[in-house]
Amino acid sequence: MQHNGFKSSNRIVQWIEYRLPIFSFLDQQVGTQYQAPKNLNYLWNFGSLAGIALIIQIVTGIVLAMHYVPHGDMAFDSVERIMRDVNYGWLIRYIHANGASMFFAAVYIHIFRGLYYGSYKFPRELLWMLGLVIFVLMMATAFMGYVLPWGQMSYWAATVITNLFSAIPWAGQSLTEWLWGGFVVGTPTLTRFYSLHYLIPFVIAGLVILHIWALHVHKSNNPLGVEVKGPKDTIAFHPYYTIKDLFSLGIFLAIFGFWVFYFPNYLGHPDNYIPANPLQTPPHIVPEWYLLPFYAILRAIPSKLGGVIAMGASLAILFLVPWLDTSRIRSGTFRPIFKQFYWLLVADVLVLGYVGSQPPEGIFIHLGRIATAYYFVHFLLILPIVGWLERPKPIPSSISESEAGTTQEASGRSETGT
Amino acid sequence: MTTLAADKNHTSNGSRRDFLYVATGTAATVGSALAVWPLIDQMNPSEDVLALASTEIDLTSIAIGQAITIVWRGKPVFVRRRTSEEIALAAHTDLEELPDPQLDSERVQRAEWLVLVGICTHLGCIPLGQKGTHPRGEWGGWFCPCHGSHYDTSGRVRKGPAPQNLSVPPYKFITDTTIRIG
Repeated sequence: MQHNGFKSSNRIVQWIEYRLPIFSFLDQQVGTQYQAPKNLNYLWNFGSLAGIALIIQIVTGIVLAMHYVPHGDMAFDSVERIMRDVNYGWLIRYIHANGASMFFAAVYIHIFRGLYYGSYKFPRELLWMLGLVIFVLMMATAFMGYVLPWGQMSYWAATVITNLFSAIPWAGQSLTEWLWGGFVVGTPTLTRFYSLHYLIPFVIAGLVILHIWALHVHKSNNPLGVEVKGPKDTIAFHPYYTIKDLFSLGIFLAIFGFWVFYFPNYLGHPDNYIPANPLQTPPHIVPEWYLLPFYAILRAIPSKLGGVIAMGASLAILFLVPWLDTSRIRSGTFRPIFKQFYWLLVADVLVLGYVGSQPPEGIFIHLGRIATAYYFVHFLLILPIVGWLERPKPIPSSISESEAGTTQEASGRSETGT
Repeated sequence: MTTLAADKNHTSNGSRRDFLYVATGTAATVGSALAVWPLIDQMNPSEDVLALASTEIDLTSIAIGQAITIVWRGKPVFVRRRTSEEIALAAHTDLEELPDPQLDSERVQRAEWLVLVGICTHLGCIPLGQKGTHPRGEWGGWFCPCHGSHYDTSGRVRKGPAPQNLSVPPYKFITDTTIRIG
């Protein structure tokens, strides 16, 4: 039995394969037939880690939904019941809550990997944009999930974020009331957030499939940013990258377990263990860490509508990166000037995150404004201008040539040619 | 390229590589099984449900020949104060006639009080017979309207598809007029 290079001696596999060629499909997409660049470093492991994090969130989320009650009077108590009474409820909820952080951590590294190695450039622009849509949906899902426990932070996060829409001129007030299903955040808001919090992850899962589909058309970028030229440049996905992904998964789960079992509430806020009170706002209200840079941009603009626009623009601008970066060289490795600005951007986003966590007073106002301005300057000015002016380092003609040069010195050079 | 060369020498390294495969697979299987257990166990009765496991009943208001239904662990429990005829009927039944042979004395603590879980042992319906207007079946106990099982005055199945007698919950007389179920 042979179908597109796939062989199996197992009769059941053959029976299924003849009717639905799923085994050969998997073999071609994530198996021995899928040829991936042979020089991928560990930064290329975060896509699979993010995918596994999504699966963990969906599985634990479905389980939590079996016990959670989406009603303003019962939501908080039902979460406490999960923590105290449901068998392993504490474990499942802590995995879900910290899993969001682990998911974002993996995705942020994944995005910054793409920014450094120019993974968004031709012909992977759509791949990049699909990833950004996933990222935006993740933020919406995480926010709505944070509202569900119906503690003080939940309630006031819902109030603050939905009020962003009230900044829209003329329609703002009626739009927010439409979002709330009332005149304030209440049970109608909670139930729709619950419904969407359950739905969107499956939309994300669908987009992940498109993301992988688009990835497999032109295959992974690689640390050199040089396209694969032939079989010498690649190795089979299985077993080489499956085992590498499995190894990084082990480390990922160990860090995950560290949070879940030793500091399960470190990334949350104690105020969320106080039931929601619509008549009192907590003294210091901040979002979860993964939303802090955007929160800082929101607060940096001293105008309600301006802040909302700036925050939206900080995300929208990422969609334009494939065209704002004017350099044809993909990998930052060969771009001495870009490389320095890249690390400045990383530092800038970290500063924004720190500013977002601090109360909006004193030096943090100025710091937030400078960091916000620099964020936009990086994408709108530095990225296009550096691309024009920079003189890149010499690019190896192929992956195997570069590998031969660094690891085997003279041997491979004559065969691989130019 | 060294990895590919090693791949070709697969047979000569067979035992070592096989060991690694089996070890990886075993670790993954055991780890997955351990990880899946909490996801399954969360569907078992939770602590707050288990906390409602015992119920006390005051018997003073029940007249001879009368029955009441109370809820224990979410299930109906039948408490019937039997008449002397019913007791006699239950006690003098030939065990040969019973699909699930059991003496009446094994099913009651005090002959007057019959305490049963009111769930038909066939497919879980609640048999009729608690009220005066209910049909009580051919043996004067209970009759299940779903699939026609008949129970006698000791709650033992006599006819119909039910495989077992109505079960007796664990209970205790705390005083002469109070029992605790569970």
